[in-house]
Amino acid sequence: MSDAVIATPAAPVVAPRRKNRAWEKLKRNRSAMVGGIFVLFFVLLAVLAPVLPIPNPAATDWAKIRLSPNAEHWLGTDEIGRDILSRMIWGARASLMAGVVSVMIALAVGVPLGVLAGYFGGWTDQIIARATDALLAMPFLILAIALAAFLGPSLTNAMIAIGLSAVPVFVRLTRGQVMSVKTEDHVEGARAIGLGHLRIMSRYILPNVFPPILVQATLTIATAIIAEASLSFLGLGQQPPAPSWGSMLATAKNFLSQAPWMAIWPGAAIFLVVMGFNLLGDGLRDALDPKET
Amino acid sequence: MTRYILNRVLVAIPTLLLVTIFVFMLQKLLPGDPILVLAGEDRDPETIAMLREQYRMNDPLIWQYLYWLGDVMRGDLGTSLRTGLPVTELIAQKLPVTIQLAVMSMIFAMVIGIPAGVMSAVKKGTFWDYLANIIALSGLSVPNFWLGIMLILLVSVNLGWLPASGYESPWVDPVRSFQTMLMPSIVLGTALAATLMRHTRSSMLGVLQADYVRTARAKGLREKTVIRRHAFRNALLPVITLSAVMFGELLAGAVLTEQIFTIPGFGKMVVDAVFNRDYAVVQGVVLVTATGFILINLLADILYVLLNPRMRAAI
Repeated sequence: MSDAVIATPAAPVVAPRRKNRAWEKLKRNRSAMVGGIFVLFFVLLAVLAPVLPIPNPAATDWAKIRLSPNAEHWLGTDEIGRDILSRMIWGARASLMAGVVSVMIALAVGVPLGVLAGYFGGWTDQIIARATDALLAMPFLILAIALAAFLGPSLTNAMIAIGLSAVPVFVRLTRGQVMSVKTEDHVEGARAIGLGHLRIMSRYILPNVFPPILVQATLTIATAIIAEASLSFLGLGQQPPAPSWGSMLATAKNFLSQAPWMAIWPGAAIFLVVMGFNLLGDGLRDALDPKET
Repeated sequence: MTRYILNRVLVAIPTLLLVTIFVFMLQKLLPGDPILVLAGEDRDPETIAMLREQYRMNDPLIWQYLYWLGDVMRGDLGTSLRTGLPVTELIAQKLPVTIQLAVMSMIFAMVIGIPAGVMSAVKKGTFWDYLANIIALSGLSVPNFWLGIMLILLVSVNLGWLPASGYESPWVDPVRSFQTMLMPSIVLGTALAATLMRHTRSSMLGVLQADYVRTARAKGLREKTVIRRHAFRNALLPVITLSAVMFGELLAGAVLTEQIFTIPGFGKMVVDAVFNRDYAVVQGVVLVTATGFILINLLADILYVLLNPRMRAAI
């Protein structure tokens, strides 16, 4: 039977009205908006880094080592005379990229596995659920450190390690959502008219499990940014001389009494961007939750 | 009840086995042939053949795994390339230090997080509720290694109140041990305090709307008594089980804290092992942490049922 001749049940893609309502709710949520502004600010800095009138982040100047904040170097200089503001701005690129790319890896692996487990159930579910349990049993940072250690230290490997460590969270979340959505009438209807599994999963199930995944992805970006900074702090992420907030802090720790400003700014930047994503994620959760009015 | 416990144990076994497979496969991620590294620069064919035999590299992968699993079951996690000591012995030496740090952090988190959560729920919508929420969100957003550095800067460098690094066993000098571990515990416990605050708040809010709390108020009991005797005790149950689960997270978080405060624990050992390419130690740490985590989860599940009469009746 061809699908074309049958009036298929309307795919319950998140209706525009619901989307608008969520957006209206999000706009009214002041803390979510503050979070959004933090995030936007750092995204703009990261994107505009190449065109901003700032010194080369790798340019050293031995005549200007460990200068406190001044008119020429607003946030001071580091132990080999590099401009801290410039390194902070370029460091934002590494942090945000790590956050977004690792979450994309986690989504690309976790969501399809979660959909398969939730949709088919049975042995498929059992195998995926046990593997997820096993991965969840390994604390996020220990797993990321182990993977980064075995893959070799680099920003790319850190992103892969963080992404893989975050996979189980998305498998579990998607699985649970799919299990509740698959028994709904519109999915039963789609099955009754003989649509294939792939079509049901992509058109009727995925759009409905999307909102909680979006919320989780936003919150996981925050976790991933801290994880990247932690790995870089330990020397397992971004490698010198490329700037990263985590590695800047690792160096700053050795000059705490002589140049405390080296430690203050990179940490404050991590704090603000992570806070931004957390506030935005909390706001999205409230806006997309149908129970919240 | 026994059946429930047995059931939970049976579910934990395949998870544990999968963890061992994962940990075993980690070494296969290493680029290049580890035997060539072990053979040194000469790469004498006879030595290479001997090493391949010794490390069972000529066997199929499944046999390599089963031999390795057999060793693990006997408590043999391999030998540290760096120190030449058995990995099990190294872990046994370092683990108590990390456990001391984790316990102190847990105490800090409970002392701060639970009362803050209760206050926030009881005073919902007031200034104190917002303040507690902002502090909790900050606690969750602050990278603990930065918090550690800032505390060292303030408390050790500027005020000179506490040592910035080092460790002393509580059996040798309890006062010095407390002093050296106080800042690390605050750093490690902050995120957990924030999590506990949020969970206590939401658990208390749920309980405060329950019928039995309304009845207690209708009886004319004082609000303090209602909160302490009726609401708090019931709200605490999920928080206790969460704390047990979070203990595993503390062991992982200790990696960074120990690095900042130069504490010779489990976490510092794994970072040193990574840089010394001491892979047996890294594998051992992942395996021990994951096993501990699974066992703690198992205990938390059982504890939850034991503490909750309704759950006990349902089983």
